[in-house]
Amino acid sequence: MADLFEDYRLGPGWDEMFGEPSMPRPTYEALHATLQPLSSAELGIRAEVLARAFLDQGITFALKGVERPFPLDIVPRIIAAQEWRTVEVGVAQRIRALEAFLDDVYGAGQVLADGVVPRRIVVTSAHFHREAAGINPHNGVRIHVAGVDLIRDEQGTFRVLEDNVRVPSGVSYVMENRRAMAHVLPEVFAATRIQPVESYPGQLLRALRAAAPVGVHEPTVVVLTPGVHNSAYFEHALLAREMGVELVEGRDLVCVGNEVAMRTTAGEQRVDVIYRRIDDEFLDPVHFRADSVIGCAGLLNAARAGRVTIANAVGNGVADDKLLYTYVPDLIRYFLNEEPILPNVETHRLDDDPDVLEHVLDHLDELVLKPVDGSGGAGIVIGSQATDEQLAAVRERIEFDPRGWIAQREVALSMVPTLVGNRLRARHVDLRPFAVNDGENVWVLPGGLTRVALPEGALVVNSSQGGGSKDTWVLTETPGAAEPEPPEEAPIVVVPSPRSPDPGPVAGPVAVQQQQQQQSARSGRPPAATSQRSAREAQC
Amino acid sequence: MLSRIAESLYWIGRYVERAEDTARILDVHLHRMLADPWVDEQTACRSLLGVMGVSLAESPGASDPRGEATSIEGPVSAARVVGLLGLDEHNPSSVVGALAAARENARGARETVSSEMWETLNATWHGLPDARRRVEQQGVHAFFRWVRERCSVLAGLTDATMSRDEGWLFLVLGRSVERVDMTARLLSTHVRAGGSIPSWLTLLRSCGAWETYLRTYRGSLDDRHAAEFLLLDRLFPRSVFAALSTAESCLAELEPDHSRAGVTTDAQRIVGRSRTNLEFRGADELMADLGSVLAGLERTCSQVNDAVSRRYFRQTSAVLWVSEAVA
Repeated sequence: MADLFEDYRLGPGWDEMFGEPSMPRPTYEALHATLQPLSSAELGIRAEVLARAFLDQGITFALKGVERPFPLDIVPRIIAAQEWRTVEVGVAQRIRALEAFLDDVYGAGQVLADGVVPRRIVVTSAHFHREAAGINPHNGVRIHVAGVDLIRDEQGTFRVLEDNVRVPSGVSYVMENRRAMAHVLPEVFAATRIQPVESYPGQLLRALRAAAPVGVHEPTVVVLTPGVHNSAYFEHALLAREMGVELVEGRDLVCVGNEVAMRTTAGEQRVDVIYRRIDDEFLDPVHFRADSVIGCAGLLNAARAGRVTIANAVGNGVADDKLLYTYVPDLIRYFLNEEPILPNVETHRLDDDPDVLEHVLDHLDELVLKPVDGSGGAGIVIGSQATDEQLAAVRERIEFDPRGWIAQREVALSMVPTLVGNRLRARHVDLRPFAVNDGENVWVLPGGLTRVALPEGALVVNSSQGGGSKDTWVLTETPGAAEPEPPEEAPIVVVPSPRSPDPGPVAGPVAVQQQQQQQSARSGRPPAATSQRSAREAQC
Repeated sequence: MLSRIAESLYWIGRYVERAEDTARILDVHLHRMLADPWVDEQTACRSLLGVMGVSLAESPGASDPRGEATSIEGPVSAARVVGLLGLDEHNPSSVVGALAAARENARGARETVSSEMWETLNATWHGLPDARRRVEQQGVHAFFRWVRERCSVLAGLTDATMSRDEGWLFLVLGRSVERVDMTARLLSTHVRAGGSIPSWLTLLRSCGAWETYLRTYRGSLDDRHAAEFLLLDRLFPRSVFAALSTAESCLAELEPDHSRAGVTTDAQRIVGRSRTNLEFRGADELMADLGSVLAGLERTCSQVNDAVSRRYFRQTSAVLWVSEAVA
């Protein structure tokens, strides 16, 4: 019975599962065939188990101070291998360009001198930190971890919505979603060959160790968290656990003479690489907010002295400023001499051309307005869904500070079936792939976080705006056909087969019945406890 | 303490550990088959069945001590593995069978095990008919997790409510012997597959050792360290070495009269030899010869089992009654 897909309507965006009504695209055929026979009640039970598992494991997200589970939708999102290839290459290209850009603006500034990016854009960015000038990581990596937000437009083309090169979060959900889905919906997995995502912590640790200061052979890596009240604390703990490194808070660290150490029961222990999940402003009260109690005084100077590596580097925020975003295609051409693989979304800059500003102000109700330094979907105004008061308010703020805003075309994000109530409905999704740069190449985790806007028609998918997530499956190169590359064949060692487990004195319930029924009849086998007891009973 | 009671306690320890370890191993291996696109289900299932000593050619549960596990016929699916090793109630080595057998042993020793322990085992046993339904509705993972939890509850209650007398020693002895056996079996899945499948990650996860391992070796995953950890680690309670040491100290305490030369019992000799054989060989040496080391460990377990049974449970030969004579 097909009641799950009953009344399923294709929405305004590119539907990833269906090309035509009831006609799944090839990548989704296996999934569709598995879901089709399930009744909504069955899927409902699984969804409950899934939700329960997340709550039990503490996979939560703090929203406005309240800890709540990050809803995981039970229908996965599938990306074909060749589509993923584009994403992978495109994301890596972007990261390489942004690395070059950061190196330049915190160094020689050639890109500014050549006028590719106006100097004022950089120096007026809220996250451009002069304090970071002259800190040169020895393996050239400032963006150890990046999360690039992608969407698929009405034609199904992947486009970049924004870059996150400060402290991108969400990768823990990628890993946990996969684990939970495999536990709850194993039958769907059996039909599909999906690239695993669990190597992420290993890759991250490798990149962090590679970034260690010169001359340190066995670097000590730590994860620096603001503490349990941070909305992503769960993720910090997960990464530290899966990397096998210490999860420290600012108060656990001490910095003396440009050496950073953590306080342990065995005295102070030197720290070489800090994967920090604290914003720049709170990291080092010496240079930034003096009232920060979650950072550690002196970190930045230690980094400048090359005694400790901070990952991601301080000052990266200038590269994910949303106004700079509009220049990234130019940066790719300038630094890499390549054409951008992933296009941007059409975006208007409001600060340099009065005509553009005027045009935008006239069409506020058709555009999406974003503050340039916002994150987590805060402050975004979607013209078509905003009230007149909201539009008036945003107009006032844009007129006051055109540098602080960008305007984008309203893209109808692609849609994936999502369990709403007891039916599947099309909902808008985006995708955040995670990239890890170890200095030699940029590795992109095959998967990424798919966020889904749960309310009907909603376009803002951020978890802080009440979005949910989906497990994201990247198929292996040749779906169906077996192993592209079986692990190398080691010589088969001949080992004697393990024997059956030792049998106990009472060999299971059967023997018990025998014991009850056959107190006199002797079986030839030697369960001595049984026969001794029978003998005693018989003597009584 | 009555031999019969001692034997029951010993087997409660063994069966509960067997249930828990089997649940852990199945859970991780089945999850692995799904999550890793490069694992071939047939091969993985066969290797798993083989290592757990299930031979499909014969009737399941037939405990031929020389049971060669290579003669499996017919397609083996993950579901069949769950059926055989998880839910088969007639096989005391399956999860369900082992829990039932543990409860049966506790029933015969109710006055010795604390009532809380008995209640836990009994409640678990009563929960078993639900197991199949649980597997169907919520997937195998939910079932295995439930088993792990029940076993942990029992371990906790044992720890909290049993006095550290002979009974306790027998129970812990049984648990430790079983642990050695299961870890050795688990490691031999790896060796038998030519050292590639299942990965060390799977093995470490199966023992619940993944996170401690990462913490110990700071995330560097290679064969030598992983084997060293599972075989030799002094601090991780599921390593072969730790389990052997525990068994050894139990045996030593059971024999309060120290003789002036060596140790008193066969069991002590067997366990001690096995322990020193691990302890005083380097990890590299062990790795080079892993196959025979593991086979040796499995032999050790059976020998200890026999020695303990002879020494403590069947000191006199069983009286054989002929029913006509009684009548």
